[in-house]
Amino acid sequence: MADSFIRFKDVSKSFGALTVVEGLNLDIEQGEFISLLGPSGSGKTTILMMLAGFESPTTGAVWARGKRIDLLPPHKRNMGVVFQNYALFPHMTVSENVAFPLRMRRLGRAETADRVTRALDMVQLGSFADRRPSQLSGGQQQRVALARALIFEPEVVLMDEPLGALDKQLREQMQLDIRALHRRLGLTVVFVTHDQTEALTMSDRIAVFNHGKVEQTGSPAEIYDHPSTRFVAEFIGETNLVRGSVETVEGTTGRIRLENGGTLSVEASGRLHAGKDVCLSIRPERVTLGTGPDNSFSARISDVVYHGDHLRLLVQGNEQSFIIKTDRSRRPPSVGDNIMISFLPTDCWVIDA
Amino acid sequence: MNRGRFRTQVTSLALVAPLLLFLIVFFALPLFTMMKSAVSDPIAANVLPATASALSGWDRESPPSAALQAAFVTDLKQIEDDQLFGDLVRRLNSAKSGFRTLMPKTRTAAKEAGEPLDLVALDKRWADNGYWQVIGVAASSTITDRNLLAALDLGRDASGEVAALPTGASANRAILLRTFSMALAVTVACVLIGLPFAMIAASVEGWKRQLLLGAVLLPLWTSLLVRTAAWFILLQDNGLINSTLMFLGLTTEPLALIFNRVGVIIAMTHVLLPFMVLPVFSVLAGIPKNLMPAAASLGAHPVQAFLTVLLPLSLRGVISGSLLVFMSALGYYITPALIGGAKDQMISSVIAYYATGAANWGMAGALGLVLLTATLLLYVVYLRLSAERELRP
Repeated sequence: MADSFIRFKDVSKSFGALTVVEGLNLDIEQGEFISLLGPSGSGKTTILMMLAGFESPTTGAVWARGKRIDLLPPHKRNMGVVFQNYALFPHMTVSENVAFPLRMRRLGRAETADRVTRALDMVQLGSFADRRPSQLSGGQQQRVALARALIFEPEVVLMDEPLGALDKQLREQMQLDIRALHRRLGLTVVFVTHDQTEALTMSDRIAVFNHGKVEQTGSPAEIYDHPSTRFVAEFIGETNLVRGSVETVEGTTGRIRLENGGTLSVEASGRLHAGKDVCLSIRPERVTLGTGPDNSFSARISDVVYHGDHLRLLVQGNEQSFIIKTDRSRRPPSVGDNIMISFLPTDCWVIDA
Repeated sequence: MNRGRFRTQVTSLALVAPLLLFLIVFFALPLFTMMKSAVSDPIAANVLPATASALSGWDRESPPSAALQAAFVTDLKQIEDDQLFGDLVRRLNSAKSGFRTLMPKTRTAAKEAGEPLDLVALDKRWADNGYWQVIGVAASSTITDRNLLAALDLGRDASGEVAALPTGASANRAILLRTFSMALAVTVACVLIGLPFAMIAASVEGWKRQLLLGAVLLPLWTSLLVRTAAWFILLQDNGLINSTLMFLGLTTEPLALIFNRVGVIIAMTHVLLPFMVLPVFSVLAGIPKNLMPAAASLGAHPVQAFLTVLLPLSLRGVISGSLLVFMSALGYYITPALIGGAKDQMISSVIAYYATGAANWGMAGALGLVLLTATLLLYVVYLRLSAERELRP
């Protein structure tokens, strides 16, 4: 029935009285890198486990290549899974671990050895073939787990927060490595993470989850620039949220009356009509210091935070506090300064309140 | 700074001192005494000092010289303590019968007669070189391998060579073999029951796990004697097991479960099962939860996943559990004594017989030494095997 590669159709999952996933409809295309992003307890890992076959949906169905798979046992699904803590077999060497899927598929000895060598070379661990997992560092173990999940050329690779246990530098390196592998091998990757930066940098598409429901799916840019709900706006990156109601809509410009009495111009889309309560999301890096053609305010700096490559200003103006991200090319402002801030109407993203 | 370190060392030594002292006084010392009694044989050398020194000039094949005979008579005259003399006679008679009558007769004659005493004229047995050889062996050394050899059904023949004792004279080797085979049977039974049990206990959580572990631990809190007595009641011809089987119509007459090997192995398996389940369980509990799902995701059928992942990983627990069960089973005494028949007694009961029944501490010590050596050998083999497993890259 389904045209997409993988399709979740009205899938719900409850553990007793606790509903973890509710009415999930999600399509995954072949060859895409999709991240399931959400805070802990949002049901993203459960979705992955249902895809891998370790959990079965309470209601609904999971389809892959037009076939229903939610009743199939895990070992028949042909999906590579990379677990949070790698799940390497401690009693086997690195090459035995990597050869395991081929052994289960009763491949010939020569071909197995050949493919193991290639898989280990792919993750740059060729010289570690005879080590035990316990003799490897976290990053190396992660790469073994990756090689093991890829060696049997699965249709889909599922990754459950695979980089969570690594330190920042290694994590960023692995993010690049995994992305490169994805592109080179044309893999379909379903990547579960709670780290929004990771999701933004790695994915073709992100599905943001909250309380077992999809809040929004879209490309990283869509998710970041055009969050469809307050939760997404706040969860992805940092933002300034301003509440108000639509006063007038004239052509492409809408005027918003704020709660503190001021007004703002925003770019109007079809959704705006007078009297509607809205919430505006203005990203900190879109706010500029100085007067602009529209939306200029005076404000007072209450804190300056040094971040190395940029400064973060906390300003207070007219009962509304703002976070501003500014580069360091200008003379650094100091706490207590009165300044003007402004932003363009196109940088105000309107969310339904 | 060195002073500080010295003080810490003294303090830690003082903390372990009570345990160390306890172990020395109540374990190491008695053990050593028993071991020593197995090989020590000082009586003849102590009581017959002149004979002992005169022995050096004798080749053991030719008839004893007059000097040796005279030294022997001198020694006999000097013995005042009747009990000491009795010990000497018992020692010599245990090597060759005949000394029991020969020695008192010779002692009496030696005390009454003046010098020199013609021993062959007194009793023609003194012309038999065998008696002199026994005295020679006994008096020349304060240690002996007699008990150790006897523990293995061996002895020294007239020429001093190690040889098997005549069949029927001793059954120690058969009993040792039986002890090992019974301990092995109990170990195998414990693996067969304990491994699946530990796996089930490790796979469930909460109150179910507590219940399963409690069922294993509960017997540990009951006295061994009580548990054995309980099995005695259960296994009888009109006991619970047989009456149930007959009630269900599975058998028409009671199965022989008591006073035979089957009963002993059932009872010992029950008693020793916790020592198998607990190590296996602790190893299984330490295996990461996601290994089995990982194996499944990589294409392993549940049975394959079990055989290639869970079973090899639990093997370490099985080996240490087996070792624990096997070594404990080797020393079992009460259970075979109560539930087994005459043909199911293990080496401990023979040791107990020599120690308390026959007052032959030498033999008891020798059998204990043999058992200890065999056990230690097995342990060394185990250490070797486990060390190789660790070292494998």
